[in-house]
Amino acid sequence: MNMKKFFAILLAAMMVFSLAACSGGSDEPAAEPAESGEAEGGEGVVQIHIGATGPLTGGAAIYGQAVKNGAEIAVDEINEMGGIQFIFQMEDDTHDPEKAENAYNALVDWGMDMMMGTVTSAPAEVTAADAYADRYFFLTPSASSTNVIDGKDNIFQMCFTDPNQGSGSATYIAENNMAEKIAIIWKNDDSYSTGIRNTFVEKAGELGLNIVTEETFTEATKTDFSVQIAKCQEAGADLVFLPMYYEPASLILNQANAAGYAPTWFGVDGMDGILTMEGFDTSLAEGVVVLTPYSADDDSELNQNFVAKYQEKFGEIPNQFAADGYDCIYALYQAATAAGIDPATMDHEAICDAMVAQFTSMTFNGLTGADMTWGADGTVSKMPNAVVIENGAYVGM
Amino acid sequence: MNRLKAMNRTTRTNYLTYILVIAAYVILEVMLKGGGLKAATKGMLVPICAYIVMALSLNLTVGVMGELSLGHAGFMSVGAFTGTAATMCLVDAVPNTAVRLCIGIIVGAIAAAIVGFLIGIPVLRLRGDYLAIVTLAFGEIIKSLVGNVYMGVDQGHLKFSMFTNELNMSPEGKIIIEGAMGIRSIPKIATFTAGFVLIMISLIVIFHMVGSRSGRAIMAVRDNYIAAESIGIPAFRYKITAFTISAAMAGAAGALFGNNYSSLIASKFNIDTSILILVFVVLGGQGNMLGSIIAAAALTILPEALRSFADYRMLMYAVILIAVMLVSNNQKIKDILKNAAEKRTGKKLAEGGASDE
Amino acid sequence: MSFLNYLVSGLSLGSVYAIIALGYTMVYGIAKMLNFAHGDVIMVGAYICFFAFTRYGLNPFLSVVLAMLVCTCLGIVIEKLAYKPLRAAPSLAVLITAIGVSYLLQNLALLFWSSNPKVFNPIIPNKSINIGGLTVSYITILAIVVCVAIMIVLTTFINKTKLGKAMRAVSEDKGAAQLMGIDVNTTISVTFAIGSGLAAIAGVLLCSAYPNLTPTTGSMPGIKAFTAAVFGGIGSIPGAFLGGLLLGIIENLAKAYISTQISDAIVFGVLIIVLLVKPAGLLGKPTREKV
Repeated sequence: MNMKKFFAILLAAMMVFSLAACSGGSDEPAAEPAESGEAEGGEGVVQIHIGATGPLTGGAAIYGQAVKNGAEIAVDEINEMGGIQFIFQMEDDTHDPEKAENAYNALVDWGMDMMMGTVTSAPAEVTAADAYADRYFFLTPSASSTNVIDGKDNIFQMCFTDPNQGSGSATYIAENNMAEKIAIIWKNDDSYSTGIRNTFVEKAGELGLNIVTEETFTEATKTDFSVQIAKCQEAGADLVFLPMYYEPASLILNQANAAGYAPTWFGVDGMDGILTMEGFDTSLAEGVVVLTPYSADDDSELNQNFVAKYQEKFGEIPNQFAADGYDCIYALYQAATAAGIDPATMDHEAICDAMVAQFTSMTFNGLTGADMTWGADGTVSKMPNAVVIENGAYVGM
Repeated sequence: MNRLKAMNRTTRTNYLTYILVIAAYVILEVMLKGGGLKAATKGMLVPICAYIVMALSLNLTVGVMGELSLGHAGFMSVGAFTGTAATMCLVDAVPNTAVRLCIGIIVGAIAAAIVGFLIGIPVLRLRGDYLAIVTLAFGEIIKSLVGNVYMGVDQGHLKFSMFTNELNMSPEGKIIIEGAMGIRSIPKIATFTAGFVLIMISLIVIFHMVGSRSGRAIMAVRDNYIAAESIGIPAFRYKITAFTISAAMAGAAGALFGNNYSSLIASKFNIDTSILILVFVVLGGQGNMLGSIIAAAALTILPEALRSFADYRMLMYAVILIAVMLVSNNQKIKDILKNAAEKRTGKKLAEGGASDE
Repeated sequence: MSFLNYLVSGLSLGSVYAIIALGYTMVYGIAKMLNFAHGDVIMVGAYICFFAFTRYGLNPFLSVVLAMLVCTCLGIVIEKLAYKPLRAAPSLAVLITAIGVSYLLQNLALLFWSSNPKVFNPIIPNKSINIGGLTVSYITILAIVVCVAIMIVLTTFINKTKLGKAMRAVSEDKGAAQLMGIDVNTTISVTFAIGSGLAAIAGVLLCSAYPNLTPTTGSMPGIKAFTAAVFGGIGSIPGAFLGGLLLGIIENLAKAYISTQISDAIVFGVLIIVLLVKPAGLLGKPTREKV
């Protein structure tokens, strides 16, 4: 017996353990519903298993965690009301299509009845294709790529699509005559950012907007933006379009401020959350225009209640992702109630068909918009809200 | 039985590896057909095969050749993109998915081999950590370039552009690679059997190579560069052959991987992936192919098996990784094993059994 | 913006790389291991400083000292638990363990401090001065000054003190050093302690210049700095400094004059060319092979 063999045996033992843990792990949650069902008297209680995947660890964990937190609040509220009981399980996909497929399969083994989507676009393209093939109803909170929903009747989005945001932004800028010269800074190794940029440029061409420069960054260069900012400044851009998430955007605002450059900044829905970053100097975001469906400052009762609960539970102010997660659960709840979903008597294919029928016909009021409806292609129709940041708060335009 | 004894140890280990791989395949395939596998396990079969081939491929570079490569994901990326683009282009021309996948894998392997050869020429002149960092650099360059490629098929013609989509496609044209958004709507044609075949081919190639004249030359170069050169072994030529083969295998693995998911993005093949594969090789033992196979499978399953730990999943993964490295390198455990081994061989010798050590 | 301005912004980025690279090269030079967890120690240092300074309003200087203390302790603990048992193991085994430690730190940070980005308040005002048309921010100046100071202190330490001598001896030949009565284990532990203390400073400066703080903040700059250290000649302290600065400058000039889309590729391309011409890095000692 030499060292190499010892390694081999050790590893083999680890693998066996892994497989054992694997099966043990997936049995556990499946046993849970039975228990809670008994506790509540068993008969007549409708229990729906909702699976979700998103990045809970790694660089994109901000978005996955927010969706998870928002969804959990909604699930708790719904379960407190009595009636339909939701059992929510979110698996980590680390923002990787490969891991997303694993997470999806784990959810299938867990006994998911319907899926509250995948949080980010690239992994969602994989899980949505699977959910389409396997006939699971799928509602994504924030995967905005059109490829997630294209040609798939049972895939729905809670967020705007990329083209919707890109061309929507271009249209808004043109209609309001906001700029003479436009610059774009986008992340060219990210599908969300690239998707919006492409449709923006296309629409801007149609509308005759003048794009003077386009600058990019990648995951590896998302710290220093001084060159990109300087080039926008040099090109004389009076409006800079930022199709990206709020984390790099906050750095851009910070560095532009240090360089004394103050154009109109125009962001998309990923920008939401910038005001609530811990320690962020909100004066930097003064005058930023954001095309977003959600605002944590909104004083509707629904939103105030949500924000208060979120802060109490997680000690942070929710962003758009959290609101999307919350809305998704309520939209599923509304549709499931109206369709009379009961997994005890329906398999996931029947549930899927019933949910699709509901979604294409219902109207939903949530945090991220009022009177939302869904088309048969899976896109949501809600008002994109252009807001401007004034004194550290969103103000409608 | 006598013939088995007569074989030398390496040949025995090689046969053992083949037998174990075939056995694992047969068992899993029976379970797969019988419906005894969970969706989660089923979904991992093809990626595990791809990672095993990657680990074997890197083991050829790190274990056999003794050069640390930190950019192996780059070759996988080249193979994945060319291989998947090829199968996407041939959807109508080759309706048989098995043949199409085969073509894809071959295309991926050839493309990666070419890139590997070109990169190998400068890289293999360097040594040690400098070689490692240059492979890392090439890996990042490949990722960065692949993420900016636009490719489409338009009326039988291939069209390319870099950085922005300037393909000017006609309405019938089909965009295949779309920059950072990668390749989308890929028909999933990779199968477990294809993965198994690829592993077997890789093993045959590697074992054949290691046992051959060039293999011995490469190992001589690894063990003592100067001595090898001084007796006239053309180190560079042998090294570049091995490196190109290694890249081709990585490309084939990439093509298999790419055809298993409905979307493929360039940023997947980053330094983290390169390092992950290196972890397989080191954990399995450098130069130990069976070890690489087991380590690749175990470490691909491990994060999935840890899902029940929820938020603590990746934390557990890190702890297990560290613990395994510490235990497997612990001097006391090594000593105990060594003593046990000595006792056994001692007994064998006393009995007059053949020992070729 | 003029060429000079791009140069200055490159210097600013480069000085941050340089400080991180100093830690890398120090540990590599003496312990002969690639400490892939270095970037994550930087992240921990930045978090400690963030909590002390931004959240609890501690004096900025004290916050940095506190961060250094915590990181030094962390470095010692990591070294004791994860690297020391592997002293006799092949260097690749240690590399993998370091990667494990890196995952561990990132995931602990995720659990303790959540994935929400924290905005790091710079320890000095985020202002800049204008020298003949050149805009230089205070942080750039601070980073360069700190970097040069660390470099001088480290070089003096290694060349003049007894412990430094021991470090050089260990770096040269572990076995021979031991025979000369040098406590190799302690020397390596001290190296780690110093490297981790430097990581804390690097973390504070990194986040002062680029104020977003998440559990993965350290990983990319860590890899870049590692590249910088090799670029300059790994193991060489002035080399790390030069490599860091050059890497930052090349990155920004590539962005400014060629293309932001492939600036990564250009940076790595330059690295490859340099290493092909000078295989031991810019200031690295060419190793002579003994026959």
